[in-house]
Formats: sequence, structure tokens, C-alpha cells
Amino acid sequence: MIAIVDYDAGNIRSVLNALGRVGASDFVLTANRSQLRKASHVILPGVGEASCAMQALRDAGLSDFIPTLEQPVLGICVGAQLMCAGSEEGDTRCMGIFSAEVRRFRETRAEKVPHMGWNSLREPEAGANGFCSPLFAGLKQGEYVYFVHSYYPEVCADTIAISNHGIDFSAALGRDNFYACQFHPEKSGAAGERILKNFLAL
Amino acid sequence: MVAKRIIPCLDVKDGRTVKGIHFVGLRDMGDAVELGSRYAAEGADELVYLDISASAEGRKTFCGLVSRVAEQINIPFTVGGGISTIDDAARLLDAGADKISVNTAAISNPGLIDAIAGKYGSQFVVIAIDARVVDGRWMATTHGGRVATDRELFDWAREAQVRGAGELLFTSMDHDGTRDGYPCETYAALAESLSIPIIASGGAGCIQHIADVLTAGKADAALAASIFHSGEIPIPVLKQELRKQNIPVRL
Repeated sequence: MIAIVDYDAGNIRSVLNALGRVGASDFVLTANRSQLRKASHVILPGVGEASCAMQALRDAGLSDFIPTLEQPVLGICVGAQLMCAGSEEGDTRCMGIFSAEVRRFRETRAEKVPHMGWNSLREPEAGANGFCSPLFAGLKQGEYVYFVHSYYPEVCADTIAISNHGIDFSAALGRDNFYACQFHPEKSGAAGERILKNFLAL
Repeated sequence: MVAKRIIPCLDVKDGRTVKGIHFVGLRDMGDAVELGSRYAAEGADELVYLDISASAEGRKTFCGLVSRVAEQINIPFTVGGGISTIDDAARLLDAGADKISVNTAAISNPGLIDAIAGKYGSQFVVIAIDARVVDGRWMATTHGGRVATDRELFDWAREAQVRGAGELLFTSMDHDGTRDGYPCETYAALAESLSIPIIASGGAGCIQHIADVLTAGKADAALAASIFHSGEIPIPVLKQELRKQNIPVRL
């Protein structure tokens, strides 16, 4: 059973649809701790403003609970940001699973904000051919995925994929059983579906 | 670097795709979900579904179609056509649309942009402008180009951006359907005057036209319909050629 964290933070339909497409039919939308604890995998979606989303997570009584989970956990977009140390958006303290701070992109002629569209991923380990993280098994360096965001997690020791939009940032993070994608695997074509399958195979 | 996007546009009437030349004389091109899936598999970066049904029944059918697209297609898609209230936008969001485009209704009620962007975010709102040159000035039109307005293209585009539109989809009604290429100078001037991404639409007849609007025209994305639907320019061939010209595309 896959649990999708239900804390009223945006559109989860596209995540559910993507799970359906990769053949994962056994999922539940829940904020119940024992259901979350028992799930084989936990997905933390999220859109909108970080401080509101973090408050919603606290209101659901989950902000201290999620970091204690032991099964594979995947944060997506704002869900990924909430797993970082803190965010410039609304001066928000986040869950601190990853050491990265979340910052706002600086707008230039070449780099529009929000960062919206397809951008490529690269492995942070110099010299690696493919990706070291099992989340990206089977994907090639330079694979494109779909982003929509104005704030980004900095590159840190937990970075498992880097993307660049005027500045290098963490497109994905991983530490122990925790994973996070700043991009939307549920909208990233075949590459995104492979990432979701990889996560569900963990 | 963000890739330049290639976007097939599917005009939908009663759940099936059609394509007009100058928006009249429609030709049936088949099942909308199936065609969209084919494009996604071929490497389209996004899809646009435009509802051209006139009836309430057609609109209901379209909303059902949007749900099926959201279930089956693994890339982002925009829906447009006849969105005139925040409730229309909400219904399409609930059905699974990633973005909506507003055109005619935003000209008669510009506050619609503020309302939808305020509630759902700028990334959800595409402002579509159909314009043609009248006495040397680009003037917006509505109702698929049939009705002239007093809104000048650049003014209106800037206002829409300030009100919260997250992208501009600009179609030249002087070029749409001609296959003679896009007005690249106008696109480049729009790119200079706006900070939101610009989608070029209407006029592509060959690969080089698309390459030109993405380079000289400084557009972020190119949208086309019949050249894709007819199979004349397969998307993989188009993207290979764009990459050969050093245009960043997702392959």
C-alpha cells in the first residue's frame, strides 16, 4: 500500500494518475499516522506557498512525524522543499531532513522566473556515467524532466541530481530512505514514469 | 538551460480533433486522447487542447475528455476555449488540466486573469492573444479572429502579465494557416517587452520557420497543428533538426 500524504496542499490528481499509469493501483490518500507508518511507500506532494504548506503539515500533526518514517519517502515540488532545512519563501523553517536551504531564483533576461519547462539532470559525482542514486536507475545523464517553480533547494551533500537555471540547484535529493524531486515526475514523460517505478521498487 | 518547447495543438469539437484553416473549414483528424498520446510518445513537450464546441453539451464532453487526457498522458497540457469564469477554470483544474488559456473572455473582463491567477497561481494561466495588423498596429481580435477590438497587442500583453498571466500564446491572424512562417520581429519585440515565456503560434509551414521563431523570434515554445496532424513534420525529425542548429530541445 502506497500512502499519499493528505494535508490539503494542492492538486494530487496528477500524482494519482501517474501512479495509475505505472501500474500502482494500491494507494491511499491519508493523514493518519498509523496508516502512514504501515505504508510500503509514502509520497509527499505539494504545490503553493511554502510557509502555508508547512503550516498545513504542522496542523495535520505530521511535521515531526514524517522525519521518523522508515520506509521510502518521496517529496515532490513544494513537498521536496518542505523536507529541506528552511525556505526563503515566507521565511519558513522546514523539516530538516536534507541540509539544503531553499532560495528564490534571480530573474534575468535569459532565466525567467518561474523556472518552467523541461530542463536536464546531471549527476553530482564527477566522472560518473549514469546516476549513482537508485531513484535514477536506467536514466542517462542529461535526461530532461519537467519543472514549475520559483524557489530551489541549494546543492548540498544530499544532492543526487543537479539542474541549472542561471545557477546550479538540487533537482533531486536523497538521504537514507528519504528522496525528493523538485521537478514533477508525474509530468515528465517516460523519464518521470521510470523515476516513479524506481521509487516504488525501493 | 530550459529546453525550447514543441507543442502540438489539438482543436476539439465534441471530443474529436479538428483543424481549421483560418479557423474555418474544419477537417476531422480523429480521437483526441489517442492523438495526444501519440504526440507525447513522439517527444512533444506539452499539448494544448482547444475546445471549439459551441454547445453546452460539447463543453460537458470536453471536460470528460480533459479527465481522460490527464489519466493517460504523461506530459503537461493546457486547455482553452470558452473559459469565461473562474468556475470554468476550476472545473478544468479539477479534471486535471495543468494550465488553462483565456482569450476572448479576458479582453471583455481582464479581471478574470487576476481572479484565476490569484486563486490558482500564474503558472496555471496562459493569456492567448489573436492579433492582426490594422493600420500599422497589431490589434487583438476575439472570437477566433472574427471580432476586432481596440486593444493593442503589446499594451494588452503587458497588462495581462501584470494581472498575473504566466505565459503568452500569441497567434498572428495574418499568418495563421498561411504556412509562410511567423512574424519573427514581432515575437522578438514581445520577448523584449515581457518577462513571461512566449509561445509562438500560427504560420509554420516548414522546420526552418520553427527554428527561426525560436532563435530570431526569441520565442520559448512553438505551437502548431496541421503540420503535425498531417504527419508532414514528424516531431522527432523536427527536434533532431533543431538540435543540429544548436537550439536546446529535449530529445
